Amino acid sequence: MDLIINFLVAAIVSGTPLLFGTLGEILTEKAGHLNLGVEGMMAIGAIAGFYTGYKTNSVLLALLMSFAAGMLCALIYAFLTITLKATHNVTGLTLTIFGSGLSSFIAFSMIQNAENGVPVLDRSFTSSLANIHIPFLSDIPVLGKLLFQYNPLVYLGVVIAIVMAVYIKRTRAGLNLTAVGENPGAADAAGINVTLVKYVHVLIGGGICGLGGAYMALTIGNGSWVNNVVNGYGWIAVALVIFASWNPAKAIGGAFVFGAFSVIRYYMPTGVNLPTAFYNMLPFLVTAIVLVISSVRKKKKHVEPAAIGAIYFREER
Amino acid sequence: MKKWSKILALTLSAAMLVCSFAACSNTGSGTDETGGDAQAQAMPAVAKADLKIGVIHITDPAEGSGFTYAQDEGIKEMQKNLGLEDSQIIRKINITDTDAAATRTAIEECLEEGCQVIFGTSYNYKDVMAEMAEEYPDVIFSHCSGNINNGKNMNNYFGAIYQARYLTGIAAGMKTESNKIGFVAAMDVNNSEVTGGINAFTLGVKSVNPDAQVYVRVTGQWYDPNAERQAAQALLDQGCDVIAQHCDSSVPQETAQAAGKWGCGYNSDMSIQAPNGHLTAPIWHWGVYYTKAVQQIIDGTWTATNYFGTLADGLVDISPLNTAVAAPGTQEKIDEARAQIEAGTLKVFAGPLYDNAGNLKVAEGQEMTVEEITQNFTWYVDGVVAN
Repeated sequence: MDLIINFLVAAIVSGTPLLFGTLGEILTEKAGHLNLGVEGMMAIGAIAGFYTGYKTNSVLLALLMSFAAGMLCALIYAFLTITLKATHNVTGLTLTIFGSGLSSFIAFSMIQNAENGVPVLDRSFTSSLANIHIPFLSDIPVLGKLLFQYNPLVYLGVVIAIVMAVYIKRTRAGLNLTAVGENPGAADAAGINVTLVKYVHVLIGGGICGLGGAYMALTIGNGSWVNNVVNGYGWIAVALVIFASWNPAKAIGGAFVFGAFSVIRYYMPTGVNLPTAFYNMLPFLVTAIVLVISSVRKKKKHVEPAAIGAIYFREER
Repeated sequence: MKKWSKILALTLSAAMLVCSFAACSNTGSGTDETGGDAQAQAMPAVAKADLKIGVIHITDPAEGSGFTYAQDEGIKEMQKNLGLEDSQIIRKINITDTDAAATRTAIEECLEEGCQVIFGTSYNYKDVMAEMAEEYPDVIFSHCSGNINNGKNMNNYFGAIYQARYLTGIAAGMKTESNKIGFVAAMDVNNSEVTGGINAFTLGVKSVNPDAQVYVRVTGQWYDPNAERQAAQALLDQGCDVIAQHCDSSVPQETAQAAGKWGCGYNSDMSIQAPNGHLTAPIWHWGVYYTKAVQQIIDGTWTATNYFGTLADGLVDISPLNTAVAAPGTQEKIDEARAQIEAGTLKVFAGPLYDNAGNLKVAEGQEMTVEEITQNFTWYVDGVVAN
């Protein structure tokens, strides 16, 4: 029983950086833009968050800077794809390469100036990101550990997901966003400022991805800088968008399911002898199955935004 | 335009002439000095001032810790010991070792700059290096951790890191309170390097604490910080209180420390990252080999013989024991075992050895060979619990 609870907790902790990346990408794709630069934006968010925390010792500033850095990356993407009408895929891929490289470049200069070659956050910083403990609630057997004993950023991820779900489904601005992603021409005719809607959501999406990077940089090394900490998780986030069928609420479940797949190998009872390659394959196998199922069902609300990846020329309406 | 091409052609042919003269004189001196060598023919000597060394790294030494960093520290130590200029070392970094084309390009670039020796520091460079050793018989190809030796101009070098792991096992065995020790492994039982390390570590644990067991979790990647954190956390969740590792980041040590537990790192002194949790780590001093090999090249005595450094040679070692964390008496036990290993009275993989299913694998009085240990060690010793 303890083993199962520990497994579920580990799944949720492991799923959280994916949740941030997925939410950021959902917002971007809802605006009709496929941004393959999630990995790069997360890498930049990671170094921006860590470096700010390292220098200022403020969690709030660290998160704000990682959000701003993610937005800045997304701004490059947005300017190229929205204003200059460049291809989404290539621009996104470039952003991934650029972001990962710039992140390492900044990190290496930080390492060279750090004592013993290892930048370490102040202990007060690390402890303010430690697992929370709410009196009574956290002490409930089973439920307390499952629900009320994570680091604060896990809750931040879930809150962002819920806010996004409500925003997209229940507000006028959210409906405008969906309209732009489905048919920018029609949205434009209806008086929606397509360019503005695209810019706002691509930028905020990038910021959320940046937060995911910060989550990895600030929690995985427990306060020490870890090189290349994002290490491919941005790509899994892109796959998760499809798994979550562009729905932020479903992204919560999707991220935690993927988190569970990434840790299940470590919690297998002794004697179950499966090859490592099988576990490496699991998340992608499940994505493939979900793709097959969703295409067979072909429900309208499961399909991706219709205008995704399309370059919108106002003059060609 | 025409004039320029003429000048270029002249310069090039002049350069070729000079080179061929140099080659002739080198060959002459080389054969003179090593006429008596029975085994392999020594490569011709290269004057220290002319020497250019190519180094192929899988990642970037600027990372400040880990395998490539330790390798490059060895290169720097060799450069300092022998008094070489910076311009005599040509590094190619971030060369993915499974990318044969990239590996070949990197080595060709080194050769174009005039390197007479190539050090490849990652396992999967081996096939490209072996091919190119045939194509360029005048260049020395020295490969880390592989198994190819063409008897002419390619050798490989590695070390008995298992001896160091045995010593760290002593520190772990004495520290554990739950008698459950975790091991975060990059690769599964089929990788001899990792498996041999786990086995040596376990035998070290057992030498001081026969009741303890070593629980292994495999990430499947040499470097994946998040996976390493997950594996370490899972081991802690399952009651382990010392976390050892064979993977490249320091995250397992930081995870153990955050849980108020302890651990043994790898590659560098991870007490820097986890001052309140880390005990000691097996480390490499690659400079021992690089200094020796390059000195031989300068002297004209380099032959394609494999190098396997030991604790006694100083190629492998452990980082200083973190006495604030280690159990009392650990240093004495380690010193005792170290003296025995260096003197040759304690063999880490001497029989009787049983696998973790209870089968006798190495009989009493027998001892595993270096080849069996480094290439063919695909079973866990008694005391290892793997899933």
